[in-house]
Amino acid sequence: MKPPPFKYHDPRTLGDALQLLGSLENAKLLAGGQSLAPMLNFRYLLPDHLIDLNRIEELSGIRVDGCRITVGAMTRQRALERDEALARLCPIVREALREVGHVQTRNRGTLGGSLSHLDPAAELPGVMALYDSAIELSGPKGTRTVKSADWGRGYMTPNLEPDEILTAVRWEAWEGRHGHAFVEFARRRGDFAIVGVGCLVALDSANRVQRAAISLVGVAYSPVRLSVCERTLVGKPIDDKALEAAAAEARKIEPKSDLYASGAYRQRLAGVLTARALKMAHERARG
Amino acid sequence: MDKRSIRLTVNGQRVTREVETRTHLADFLRHELRLTGTHLGCEHGVCGACTVLVDGDAVRSCLMLAVQADGREVVTTEGLAAPDGTLSALQQAFWEKHGLQCGFCTPGMLTTLTAFLRENPDPTEGEVRDAISGNLCRCTGYANIVAAALDAAQRLRGGR
Repeated sequence: MKPPPFKYHDPRTLGDALQLLGSLENAKLLAGGQSLAPMLNFRYLLPDHLIDLNRIEELSGIRVDGCRITVGAMTRQRALERDEALARLCPIVREALREVGHVQTRNRGTLGGSLSHLDPAAELPGVMALYDSAIELSGPKGTRTVKSADWGRGYMTPNLEPDEILTAVRWEAWEGRHGHAFVEFARRRGDFAIVGVGCLVALDSANRVQRAAISLVGVAYSPVRLSVCERTLVGKPIDDKALEAAAAEARKIEPKSDLYASGAYRQRLAGVLTARALKMAHERARG
Repeated sequence: MDKRSIRLTVNGQRVTREVETRTHLADFLRHELRLTGTHLGCEHGVCGACTVLVDGDAVRSCLMLAVQADGREVVTTEGLAAPDGTLSALQQAFWEKHGLQCGFCTPGMLTTLTAFLRENPDPTEGEVRDAISGNLCRCTGYANIVAAALDAAQRLRGGR
């Protein structure tokens, strides 16, 4: 249960980190280490080089400019959870973070680490998908931006080239009258979700849906948005029929079975939790 | 072998050591500094027994490299009591409320709850249970651990 031998590097700038990543063979980036360190301890991974991003100050920080939010990839999950400006603009981030591991892991774990690791049941990629976030990457050829919808390319495989580093995530908070909810079912507090659902709903003055976003985790290799239902909800009130329509779309996803839950069970949970999240977001929007 | 010299503060003492870079913080504390109060249960971040405070934050020392603690301030369970051995309010409450049975999870419970009570001096029982959700007690002695934490919170607020 000890990490294998590797050569350790702790660059101070993004430029140095990219240089190392581009020149070293079999190198691995270390963010918060809350997934990578167990994998090293178990020796699932045997990197020759470990490039620690923790000393690169330019990679962390939360910037709020009106409703535009930019979060550095190395920002700790706990810093996101504690940020009051963010909690006012995007309370769902705090609500979802309370389900991410435990205080001890959130004190080290980072936003960029969670997105890059891309566990299918991780909460943060689900929340980032909800906001149609822009994920910023740096590589030897410069920078590029990937939309959250294009982030997952396969099981635990983000849209990130081996010589690229995730540097920041940008999104826009919703304005006006809206509500949020993040609900999940896990076997124990702090475990990865079996299924988790994030939901944002904006209402007009007659309490009809103006805009909706629903994102599920734990049902596919990366978060799934219920885009059909999001469109059909617009202009209508959230009643039992609307909740059932959302649940029905969620149940159309065909999750795989694994050690923790069967595909059929996940499918059922997806429906139940979708209706629950939409109902709660709607109640909060109405206030 | 990849080695680094690191300097850090552990329980108020300045420490300089050469470490192999792959050594995790828990092994460094236990093997290099002989601070065996930090326990290792699972070594993959599940059990919480190895929790220590780094710059005041509770973290799992099996998921952090010793080299990453360079320049930081680390407090282990050995650093919670006063220098003359007087127990902290939390430790005293654990003693009185029978908050430890076999004692294996105790160091992680104490460090986790020390940080928690600093941030939340007046917690509900539910909040205490949530705070220790990442610490496993295989004696299942949670009831007394929670009672001890609530008792300590009251003492720290000057309730008695």
